[in-house]
Amino acid sequence: MKINFLLNGKETEIEIEPDRRVIDLLREECGLTGSKECCGAGECGACTILVDGESRLSCLMLAAQLEGREVITIEGLAKDGCFHVVQQAFVDYGAVQCGFCTPGMILAAVDLLRRNPTPSREQIREGISGNICRCTGYQKIVDAVYFASLALQGVN
Amino acid sequence: MLREPLTVGMNAPRADAFTKVTGKEQYAADYYPPNLLWCGVKRPSYAHALIRSIDISRAKEMPGVAAVLTHKDISGSNRLGILEKDQPVLAEDTVRHYGDSIALVLAESRYTLQQALELISVEYEPLPAVFDPEAAMLEDAPVLHPGRKHAFLETEAGVAWLEDDGALVIVASTQTPFRDRTEISHALGIPSCRIRVIAPYLGGGFGGKDGITVQAFLALAAQHSGGRPVKMWYSREESFLAGTKRHPAILKYSLGCDQEGILHALDCRIVMDTGAYASLGCEVLALAMEHAGGPYRIPHASIEGIAVYTNNPVAGAFRGFGAPQAHAAIEQVIDELARIAGFDPLEFRLKNAVSRGDTTPSGVTLTQSTGILACLETARDSAAWRERERWESLAPPFKKRGTGIAAINHGIGYGPVIPDNANAKIELTGEGRLIIYAGVSDMGQGNAATYLQIAGDILSQTLDNMELVLPDTAQTLPSGSSSASRTTFTFGNALIGAAQALRKRILERASLLFTYQFFEHVRAEDLGLVPGHVRHIPTGREIHLSFVSTTMDQSERTAANSYTCPVNRQKPPTGGSLRIHGYPHRVYSFGVNLVRLEADILTGEVTVCDFIAFTDAGRIINPELFDQQVHGGIAQGLGYTLFEDFLVSEGRILTGDFGAYILPTALDIPDIQSIAIPLQEEDGPYGMKGVGEITINGAFPAVANALARVCKTRISSGPLTAEKVLAAISRNEVGKNR
Repeated sequence: MKINFLLNGKETEIEIEPDRRVIDLLREECGLTGSKECCGAGECGACTILVDGESRLSCLMLAAQLEGREVITIEGLAKDGCFHVVQQAFVDYGAVQCGFCTPGMILAAVDLLRRNPTPSREQIREGISGNICRCTGYQKIVDAVYFASLALQGVN
Repeated sequence: MLREPLTVGMNAPRADAFTKVTGKEQYAADYYPPNLLWCGVKRPSYAHALIRSIDISRAKEMPGVAAVLTHKDISGSNRLGILEKDQPVLAEDTVRHYGDSIALVLAESRYTLQQALELISVEYEPLPAVFDPEAAMLEDAPVLHPGRKHAFLETEAGVAWLEDDGALVIVASTQTPFRDRTEISHALGIPSCRIRVIAPYLGGGFGGKDGITVQAFLALAAQHSGGRPVKMWYSREESFLAGTKRHPAILKYSLGCDQEGILHALDCRIVMDTGAYASLGCEVLALAMEHAGGPYRIPHASIEGIAVYTNNPVAGAFRGFGAPQAHAAIEQVIDELARIAGFDPLEFRLKNAVSRGDTTPSGVTLTQSTGILACLETARDSAAWRERERWESLAPPFKKRGTGIAAINHGIGYGPVIPDNANAKIELTGEGRLIIYAGVSDMGQGNAATYLQIAGDILSQTLDNMELVLPDTAQTLPSGSSSASRTTFTFGNALIGAAQALRKRILERASLLFTYQFFEHVRAEDLGLVPGHVRHIPTGREIHLSFVSTTMDQSERTAANSYTCPVNRQKPPTGGSLRIHGYPHRVYSFGVNLVRLEADILTGEVTVCDFIAFTDAGRIINPELFDQQVHGGIAQGLGYTLFEDFLVSEGRILTGDFGAYILPTALDIPDIQSIAIPLQEEDGPYGMKGVGEITINGAFPAVANALARVCKTRISSGPLTAEKVLAAISRNEVGKNR
């Protein structure tokens, strides 16, 4: 079937089997390999994307579900060559090691900060608890999200 | 910070972070060459069986299937193995565990691939299997040849293709690109010089990509794909099934001290289940034995170790490489002995801890920096330790609190047998930029960024003016594996020499250029490197590095340096049959872990409240990357202490995915306090040692020791789950005395 959706700000029309997973559509048809697949079962969060601004697991979504939606992947988060505040914070606070969880983790954090712009560290831990990281022990990720929330509030 | 020349000791940003936060970084799993074929493997239905026949005809005829291959299509030895060549690429007449490989299918799509794998029918004759390592040593045990999962996020992945001249190119998620080439050559009969292995940044490794995973399948497939590129990417379930694991171990310890609390005798036995193939089983066992007595002086020690083949999943390298198992035992026994003999557990360790010049229980004389006493003293003086009884007494209702410590060490590098060697190369380009050719994989620990920092320091350059070439057997020089806490230690030492040589050459050529400009002799000593330029210090005049580069040909623009680590040449008595691969080491990192935890006496749930790591891993090149290793190693350690249970029944994995195998989330790991005790180590680059593995050794015993205070008893097997904690609390009716 033919589906139409907004992908990283661009009107996109794709001819695709309706039961194709969104993660495969993004990676194999659109060449957007920033969304990672690590478990294929909705357990790890590495394939997180934003659908109409809310975080969704692209390994559990089918292509047809994107019809008429707005999709943001990690590739579409930076604007005009400038990192999103959360991306910059991940660099600045050492939240990246192997980086395979990073795209999903950043998008989960963006969604968290949209819902709660002033989270406590504990609320950040809860907000990213659906995203597994095997390298960092999460501490520097929590730091990054916390300082990103301050930056978004205009606190330096 | 990007405009500032990089300096050793600063929190230089990781170059890879910029491409990783935007999704631009291309991992092996992210390669999709046009017109590719997907490859997959048929796995057996038995843990141990003879293969009577393999019928591939129906799979082969299926539309969309390009090829179905068996061992008959292999012209080499069909034997993989890092040291012990005992693992077939594709099984011949026998399968020895559920993760073995029987046939390789190449198909147009993943969907077709799965269907074709189902269509392969195999006739088996089941053989008696052995799953208990103790039983495997009985005389009437079946002859086979004669736990825990890494859970890296990027499962085993790669692509391969043949170049026009027939040379094979493999892009894979591997810790060992150069060694892989040799292994593939041996197994498949392809000359090593016709194989090129490229290792992009890995999405985690932790030892699980130390050696061949998908590489041999890819190489074989590329030879039978009709010129098309091939791709393979394990599902999580297949990664659990076929990948290596941490060695399950049975450890029995007896330890004795005198009335003064001085340790005298240790008797211990370590049995490790290495599964169906050797992988690095003998070497992991040797490291466990080397660390069996911990960082103590124990003059009389008997350390026995046995690695046993079973029909269980294959065990191999995993961060810590045997030392975590050993420390889990010795550090609990030390605590118990201190309690029985009436000593404070920390003072007891202080009385017996080694210092430089001492000999460890495994007979290793410590000639290098030895910071365990400094770590213990710092821990003793910490508020968390001094005020532990008060803190424990303030437990909220239905909770019990405990404090525990563990003292740990970890050998750095390969040891005396395999030369611990790295070859660094650095190039000044025609544009005046610097390229560092890193021959060692970066599996996420940030060693590649550290190489930029080292070169930037020596050549006074900014991150903007430097770039990396990641491991590629056609471009970078052999530098060993990303493992053994050696990655920055060994390659860093090689790189210092290369960068200094290039620096000297740049300044000498620049002095000629200035001499022509000034019409008078300019000495190299009056010149300094600044970002992008060489400056004549007395006048402040500068020339761009691209101009300096014009005075050199390609060979002169490149500097290479080879470095081999000094080794410990002691020959401790080993009883003869021990494969002394890494043993004895010369350099060790040391540490003390201090844990404060709360156990719920109604549910057994354990909450780690505080974790303090005191770490002597030598001087620190990048404090932020150092803390990344401390945090990450401890998080993995807490995972395997409290949650992760790799359950295997009759060789079959019961916890085969992330739904059943529980990994710690952000809610399970506390903020960790990392306190460095940065002693200078003369062997290490800038005085460093290695920090990758020392960080994972202490979590289990520290938590177990804290829980022993809570439960008034010990839990004899890991992980220390809520069920076991609750049972231990109930057994001792600790709950009733709340």
